[in-house]
Amino acid sequence: MSSMRFAVSMLSVLGIASIIGTVLKQNEPYENYIIKFGQFWFNFFEGLGLYDVYHSGWFLLILLFLVISTSLCIYRNSPSMVKEWRTFKDHATEKSLNAFSHQETYAFNSGLENTKQQLIHFLQAKGFQYKVKTHADGSELIAAKAGTHQRLGYIFTHAAIVIICFGGLLDGNLPLKVQEMLGHKRVETLDIPESQVPEVSRLSINNPSFRANMTLPEGMSDNVAFVRVRDGYLVQDLPFRISLKDFRIEHYATGQPKSFESDIVITDPDLKTPLTKTISVNHPLIYKGVAIYQSDFQDGGTKLNFKVWDLSSKSNQAQTLDGAIFQKGVVGEGADALKVEYNDFRKFNIINLSPDGKGKPHNVGPNITYKLRDAQGQAKEYVTYMQPLQIDGKHYFISGMRETVQQDFQYLRIPVDSDFGLNGFMHFRATMMDEAQYSEIAHRLAQNAIAADKNAAVKTQFEDSVIQLMRTFAEGGYNRVAQVIEKSVPENEREIAARTYIRMINLAAFEAYNLSLAADKKPLLVNNVETQTLIQDSLNAFSDMFFYGTPYYLQLAQFEHKEASGLQLTKSPGQKWVYLGSALLVLGIFAMMYIRERRIWLSLKPANQQVHFAMSSNRKNLDFEQEFNLYREQIRNLMA
Amino acid sequence: MNTNVLDYQPKSLLQRLNWQDWLYAAILLSGAVYAYSQYSQYMDIYEKGFLFGAVAVFSYLGWQWKSLAKLVLGVGVVSIFSITLYHGDQARATQAFLLKYLVSSQSAIMWMNVLFVLAMAVYWFALFKRSEFSGKFASSLTWTAVLMGFVGLMVRWYESYLIAPDVGHIPISNLYEVFILFCLITSLLYLHYEQRFNTKQLGGFVLVVVNAAVGFILWYTFDRQAHNIQPLVPALQSYWMKIHVPANFVGYGSFSLAAMVASAYLLAKRGILASRLPSLDVLDDVMYKSIAVGFAFFTIATILGAMWAAEAWGGYWSWDPKETWALIVWLNYAAWLHLRMVKGLRGPVLAWWALVGLIVTTFAFLGVNMFLSGLHSYGEL
Repeated sequence: MSSMRFAVSMLSVLGIASIIGTVLKQNEPYENYIIKFGQFWFNFFEGLGLYDVYHSGWFLLILLFLVISTSLCIYRNSPSMVKEWRTFKDHATEKSLNAFSHQETYAFNSGLENTKQQLIHFLQAKGFQYKVKTHADGSELIAAKAGTHQRLGYIFTHAAIVIICFGGLLDGNLPLKVQEMLGHKRVETLDIPESQVPEVSRLSINNPSFRANMTLPEGMSDNVAFVRVRDGYLVQDLPFRISLKDFRIEHYATGQPKSFESDIVITDPDLKTPLTKTISVNHPLIYKGVAIYQSDFQDGGTKLNFKVWDLSSKSNQAQTLDGAIFQKGVVGEGADALKVEYNDFRKFNIINLSPDGKGKPHNVGPNITYKLRDAQGQAKEYVTYMQPLQIDGKHYFISGMRETVQQDFQYLRIPVDSDFGLNGFMHFRATMMDEAQYSEIAHRLAQNAIAADKNAAVKTQFEDSVIQLMRTFAEGGYNRVAQVIEKSVPENEREIAARTYIRMINLAAFEAYNLSLAADKKPLLVNNVETQTLIQDSLNAFSDMFFYGTPYYLQLAQFEHKEASGLQLTKSPGQKWVYLGSALLVLGIFAMMYIRERRIWLSLKPANQQVHFAMSSNRKNLDFEQEFNLYREQIRNLMA
Repeated sequence: MNTNVLDYQPKSLLQRLNWQDWLYAAILLSGAVYAYSQYSQYMDIYEKGFLFGAVAVFSYLGWQWKSLAKLVLGVGVVSIFSITLYHGDQARATQAFLLKYLVSSQSAIMWMNVLFVLAMAVYWFALFKRSEFSGKFASSLTWTAVLMGFVGLMVRWYESYLIAPDVGHIPISNLYEVFILFCLITSLLYLHYEQRFNTKQLGGFVLVVVNAAVGFILWYTFDRQAHNIQPLVPALQSYWMKIHVPANFVGYGSFSLAAMVASAYLLAKRGILASRLPSLDVLDDVMYKSIAVGFAFFTIATILGAMWAAEAWGGYWSWDPKETWALIVWLNYAAWLHLRMVKGLRGPVLAWWALVGLIVTTFAFLGVNMFLSGLHSYGEL
């Protein structure tokens, strides 16, 4: 297991195993995986631990093998490395020197001692350390070495890997896994209040290592955090209490967020006065070994006031409704009552509304996300913007609906009135629903459409058909009209009939709009292009109401914003080990790559007045060749 | 003959310095002192450290490699000239003649693109014609491209502060900016080996990968308007960015360079262009040195990244896709170095491996942003 082949295989296997977790999104809610894979494959993949690869047993096993293999390498090779580091190899014999690929022999003229001193000076000038050994026959061997610190690089890098993995292990979830297996701990999967979570799902304040989350609404405090594990969580008790005084988001002029900051106060019996501190992204607070980070933010229970419009009613008045995010309410009465679940409020929404998508995104103001649930438990999700959005140069109130999370929202677009409000449309809608108004509308249409000299019967017939058409349109918009045409008009006349009907609906809508304006004592519409667009948009919105999935339109009238800060709390005793390992790793890598080990032997043989020069390196590359050639020439000059 | 041993003693760095070297360092230092006197109240302790650290690093690099010193001074002079033309008004970038056509941030980057394309063409021409003159010309083009690229980044840095003081930031914060950085660092690494091994034959190969990046920059500019300066998201507002990102790109640049040299090696091994290219030993050595540099810097960059992550995300390692792919790249080259250094393996296997390494590296650099989501989603396509 300490072999080279095994080490390289381990590196490859670890690399390939790591890919899996980058391809499949990790630690998603389990429902997402079920939807993605279906129940069978979901169970299969869960068994393989694919939803949290890096904490799965088999992945830890690979890491364990890597650590064992590396440790064995160190154990096996360190003694020889240390030996190479220290030794001068002064036992080299003439015979072994002759076997070197890089060697040269020179004759020397000056005396032995003189030559020896000269060569020693040469080696010193080149930064070599040396040792002289005198043999019985009077010959002398100068054994020199340089750059043997390279050998330490081997020990440093390999020890670094073991130390980093050890640090990672301290911060990993292995202890928790073991406790789970022994039955000492159990992951809680139910959404219950923290105080009801049983002891078996709680982690004590003495837990040496954790990574937990905490959501604090403004003005609230807490002394527990939640550790997410697979499809559930554990409760981490904290040795202190954190209160959130204020959470702020600052924005750039373009509307993008510039900073997230939380003013927190820590109270602890060990503290004489509470500790007040502002944390922000990149600027955590560390207290009692627990690092407190600004992680995210969400709504903290914003208070909401709605105007509720009943789209199915002929009333032009709205009811009021109060609620708050994360709370529930009721709209409608009796059998029609729906439960409202207020899920999210966002004060800023940066959206790109330009038709080609190339314009600049900008802030379109607050929106609210809620669900309407009927008595059978079926829910539809809605997202409604508080202010009108500008689309193609015109302003609309936008509200989207979807029945499942996988679907895209289908949007209802309601054109604004002359005051940029919703009343104009709502009152128009009420008029269009109100049969009592139809005869007046029909009468006005008849007056404009039919010449005064025509007889009364023609007029009455025309008026009746207008009333009939309006009734049909009020029952189900364009769709209902189309159904009626299909049922009662022969196929070849349908197109003409449709065109006529649409024209009549438009005219009727114009009158209806003006009737509603007159009732509100507002200035009337004059017939021009803008008015036609308004009428057309209003009719589209009216027709789309029937696909809105509910008769209740919740118009957000006012809000009192309350935010919650998402904090992450970590305790990681392994961090200093990891950093120590990292430092060793860098030192080791530089030592291995940038310190070149070289050895020189100079054997002086007074008998035949010769110097034998041999040089070697544990890595023979171009640099070594160049150095050898240089030294060979320089020694030749010295000897000459 | 009485030769003095001391003639053979290699001179230490300080002994080798002449008055020009000292002047160079003095200019850098006085620039830093001036910047400090003007802006120190806006810098935190780390940024002050980086300011003077940069003086030390660039002095040392310039002493070791004289051409780099000239480049540093050139970038400084041209950038300051450009900045004075702005009169503190960003709109002048498209109005003042010299800015619009030469040294505004955007123009300088466009000049860099053009010069890189030309340089590649001339390098290949020089290789086929065995023309020494053309080779020198190609080299000058590359140096000029690098100069313009750095000027572009410097002026962009200044421009970001003209948009709004709180928007100002070092231009290495998104995919567009780091692609420019990638081109510059890869070219500089190449130019270093070009001088050190006295060979201009590899320029055409290395500039292929640089020009691939240039192509990306052009597409990203014209199709996606990515050249517009965007403010920093909160997570990126940290001094760590100034060291983490450049260290990473020394790594990416070196690995890319090694891969291109590997391709030259594989061609030469088959006898293609063999007479024109440096010897296999030299190619092998450049490839090894490049991967060694890359590995060292990539290790440092990953460690710096871990330390930043510990400060920004609450954990030094989160198995985020970018982190994980950085690990995969690291493991890949760790294996490469094991085979080369411990087993002494040489030849085509390692060259092929270095080429495959480029694919892995490219995926870590670009593919992760394109296909995977995670904490590092700063440069989405």
